Amino acid sequence: MISSVFIAVACLIGLGFCALVFKRNLIKIAMAIVVMGSAANLFLVSLGYRENAIAPIFTSAPELWMVLPTPQSLTLTSIVISLAVSALMLSFAIIIYRQYGSLDSGKRRLSE
Amino acid sequence: MIFLAEHAPVLAIAVPLLAAFLMPLLGRAGAKIRNLVAFAAIAFAGIEVALLALNVLANGVVTYAVGAIAPGLVSPAGFPVRIVMEIDALSTFMAVASVSIALLACVYSMQAMKKHENLDKYFALMLLMTAAMLGMVFTGDLFSLFVFLEILSIASAGLIAFYSGRGESAEAGFKYLAVSSVAALMVLLAAGFLYSQYNLLNMAALAGAMRFSFLDKFALVLLASAFALKCGAVPLHMWVSDAYGEAPAAVSAMLVVASQAGLYALFRVGFTLYGSMPLIDLLGLAMIVLGVLSMFIGVTMAIKQSDIKRLMAYHAVSQTGYMLLGVGVGLSVLGNAAMVSEFGFRAIQGGLFHVFNHALYKGLLFFTAGAVFYVAGTRDMNKLGGLAHKMPYTAVFFLFGALAIAGMPPFNGFASKLIIYESVFEFSPVLSAIAMVVSLLTLASFVKAFSGIFLGPKEAVQAGVKEVPIGMLAPMAILAALVLLFGLFPDLVLEWLVNPAVNALLGQCGYIGAVV
Amino acid sequence: MSFEDQGLSFIVKNIACVLAVPVTIFGLYIILHGHLTPGGGFPGGAVMATVAALFAVAFGKGIFGRAMRRDFLLMLESIGLGAFALLAFLGLGSTFFRNWLLGTGLFFGNAVPFGANPGFLGTAGVIPLMNIAVGLEVFAALSMVVVLIFSSEAKK
Repeated sequence: MISSVFIAVACLIGLGFCALVFKRNLIKIAMAIVVMGSAANLFLVSLGYRENAIAPIFTSAPELWMVLPTPQSLTLTSIVISLAVSALMLSFAIIIYRQYGSLDSGKRRLSE
Repeated sequence: MIFLAEHAPVLAIAVPLLAAFLMPLLGRAGAKIRNLVAFAAIAFAGIEVALLALNVLANGVVTYAVGAIAPGLVSPAGFPVRIVMEIDALSTFMAVASVSIALLACVYSMQAMKKHENLDKYFALMLLMTAAMLGMVFTGDLFSLFVFLEILSIASAGLIAFYSGRGESAEAGFKYLAVSSVAALMVLLAAGFLYSQYNLLNMAALAGAMRFSFLDKFALVLLASAFALKCGAVPLHMWVSDAYGEAPAAVSAMLVVASQAGLYALFRVGFTLYGSMPLIDLLGLAMIVLGVLSMFIGVTMAIKQSDIKRLMAYHAVSQTGYMLLGVGVGLSVLGNAAMVSEFGFRAIQGGLFHVFNHALYKGLLFFTAGAVFYVAGTRDMNKLGGLAHKMPYTAVFFLFGALAIAGMPPFNGFASKLIIYESVFEFSPVLSAIAMVVSLLTLASFVKAFSGIFLGPKEAVQAGVKEVPIGMLAPMAILAALVLLFGLFPDLVLEWLVNPAVNALLGQCGYIGAVV
Repeated sequence: MSFEDQGLSFIVKNIACVLAVPVTIFGLYIILHGHLTPGGGFPGGAVMATVAALFAVAFGKGIFGRAMRRDFLLMLESIGLGAFALLAFLGLGSTFFRNWLLGTGLFFGNAVPFGANPGFLGTAGVIPLMNIAVGLEVFAALSMVVVLIFSSEAKK
């Protein structure tokens, strides 16, 4: 049976993707991207888990088994990147709101 | 000198990065110092890339372990540890194209953006883009590919929305960032899948340990879709016209090479990471289908555009189709050694040569469009006309670019397109015919654009128009000269730049053997 | 006058000033102990940046309208990033990013000892210095993001 963490990751990505495709408010699109990023972070950090192991901190070494620390550094990098992306997307949403007075992405302003 | 050559891979990335970090401090010291430092940083990166290219031509694959005792100490215990940069001839090929366009874009924007404010942030983002492009092509690690891809997307999005006084630029930047985030997320998930199975992130080690289970194929689908989205192939092309159209002209030229870094990643995944997969020719067929769709839909959507930069953006989609077609034909016959030596090698050769040529002539075209916008203040072709009287040099450069993109001799577009036509014809004559029809439509579209902008009677908006300053003319002249030279002497380029890259793509064992 | 211009009430303003101190100290603690306990430069800098958000909500737009604070934060960010890159460049005797302080007898020279110990700050080479640089930079950058988003004017 698949671990419940992976089911949660799949649900989060599905929710984020549905929100990205079907919602028209720019802030909701930005939130969807952040939700999908968080799902990917959850997936990464759960990859390092080992049964009956403890956190990889120096003061507990070297007698006990530890979880893998590499996925944790990957996750930290991904969190920082997701923060930068969300800050930039929200700034763009603010500029668009400042110029047009609405956050609806359905009103096409750029011509085809 | 030995020091520069030994640490070349990391210095080429770190020096533009350091310059980008120091841009706000230098902006305080004055505009000239800031411009000089930005130019010097990219020029230094160019020197490092040249040294690295010579090193790779002489010694094969070059590796660099970041943070080790010595640069070559990649696998002290038999498997790779630390972040390893692995540079082969394809990496240096892409790096040479990227850094030359970056240098010319920097020189161009020093003049073209003089009237704007916030320029230290502009140059910081442009230096970040350069460092990220070089990082993407030099890294040997799947996760740092993701990190550099995200840095490139964020810096590009910031530059696309640079004219923050208009809402359209912010909208284009938002759309670009949303699409790029989804693409990078797919790369991250694929890296997670591969890591969970093999406990490795290094691409060479993964290629050696790959067992092609179901999760690996799923990861391949994710990676291929993500990089196809990043390079603007149809049906994932919706962001291209907005992003290229709303960005400043020099940024559009850099976005072209940034999309080609995505193309590099696609080739790396297809040929090197999954090269020995039994059904890899399906990926090649998918690339061919994407290529044909991009060529056709790109050019048909370009014909009806009235905005110069959006027209050129759709043509960029179309030309990306040529590259995908050429390399896709090569990938789909990868397992069959006889077919590879017959036409597969030449197909990949044509596709890769087209990558460099496209960077050159598309950069030239975007620079001329920027020059027109600089003097006339509008991008709408219906409002322009008769500019050739006052801007003769720009008109000639536009003509060079237009003939090159349409594949006319003696320009470089003809050389690479001829190789693609010939090799694809042996694979399937129909595809070659479609490629030639698309070339004709490209020529028609650019004839209409040229006559609409430069020929004919003068329109009302051109009061007081004169030729652009030398700071913008010089990069255009250099690119035009390169476009002509690459067309007149294609054999030199093929021998020194393209053929080593093709051999590097086809020789998966060399890439794996350098690390494992 | 909405709360954006004037800020919240007198009590909130005072408590915000009082709370800023423990929050900043906690952020500095996370930054400095990055090589011993979980955390490091980025989370510590983010915690310190919540002080800027706290002040933005409590005091309103007036206090953030002054341009000097933005330039100051930009300089701090640049200095932090420059210090980080410089520390990475200093390892170029071996390779880029090499931990060149590890093994020498200077203050940060030893490796972190295993086993239960009270935690020695003067260990792990160049990592604590990079943590401090990154923490400074993240604090400045995130504070600037808060300041810019909060004080952007709506155009009519």
